[in-house]
Amino acid sequence: MKELALHLLDIVKNSTAAGATLVEVCLTEDEAQTLTIVIRDNGRGMSPDFLAAVSDPFTTTRTTRKVGMGIPLYRLTAEQTGGGLTLESTQGVGTTVTAVFHREHLDCPPLGDLPGVMAMLIQGSPKADFLFTHTLPTGSYTLDTREMRELLGGDVPLDAPEVFLWLTEYLKEQESNIKASHGTL
Amino acid sequence: MKSLEELKAIREQMKKQMDVRDQSDSNIRVAVGMATCGIAAGAKPVLAAFLDEIQKRDLHGVTVTQTGCIGVCRLEPVVEVFAPGEEKVTYVKVNPEMVPTIVEQHLMKHQVVTGFTIGAAE
Repeated sequence: MKELALHLLDIVKNSTAAGATLVEVCLTEDEAQTLTIVIRDNGRGMSPDFLAAVSDPFTTTRTTRKVGMGIPLYRLTAEQTGGGLTLESTQGVGTTVTAVFHREHLDCPPLGDLPGVMAMLIQGSPKADFLFTHTLPTGSYTLDTREMRELLGGDVPLDAPEVFLWLTEYLKEQESNIKASHGTL
Repeated sequence: MKSLEELKAIREQMKKQMDVRDQSDSNIRVAVGMATCGIAAGAKPVLAAFLDEIQKRDLHGVTVTQTGCIGVCRLEPVVEVFAPGEEKVTYVKVNPEMVPTIVEQHLMKHQVVTGFTIGAAE
């Protein structure tokens, strides 16, 4: 995984696989270039035993292989920047995955294509709702698929190619808006 | 400047096509493997290429879905094509440059691109 956005694509899929109907994805970067990524879902949650074992690459829910590298790689990436990963989960309530990255650290991968990844997550789980927020010191934006659904009506699904392409462009524009006064980016 | 209101236009525009698209028995389904292995191997630009190509060619009756690990991680990115009444076809080590060929030959003309399949790779 060469970009943080690709980790996000991977990790958020755990939420929808756990049957979440609402997934909140919140990226917040402060003046000191500390990036906090919070993924909060209302899926089925993990048992205390599974939660304790989930950072082990030999723990997985997949049925095709005995290894699961998603969370271990995400944790490693965060820790390599001097940050870390926290997992909280309650069965029947949901899971929250919080990762902290120090962007100025040499080992921190670039953020990558955040608009493409968010559009893909929505396309991949058209029945779930997503609340996505990206906050920089220079600005912030939010995307709520519930608002999109309302405007699209019942007959256009969120996984239609037309919606995906529109969404990618829309998010790209939102990204450049919040970076507008961000001299270095 | 894009706004959410544009979704209303997409809705109007798609209403006309919906009747065609909803007859799902005749739908072709394209499933892109998007587990950790697929993503690390480059499945993201492949998925984007399929969605882009289908929209560009205004192709109806094709659904693009994302799926988990198919089990052959070393051959990722893996794309499976399910066409009604036809055998499932598995394409392996797919890159975005291969996507227009798969769309044109397989999805539009129902001709399997044999050279890209798992049979050819193994």
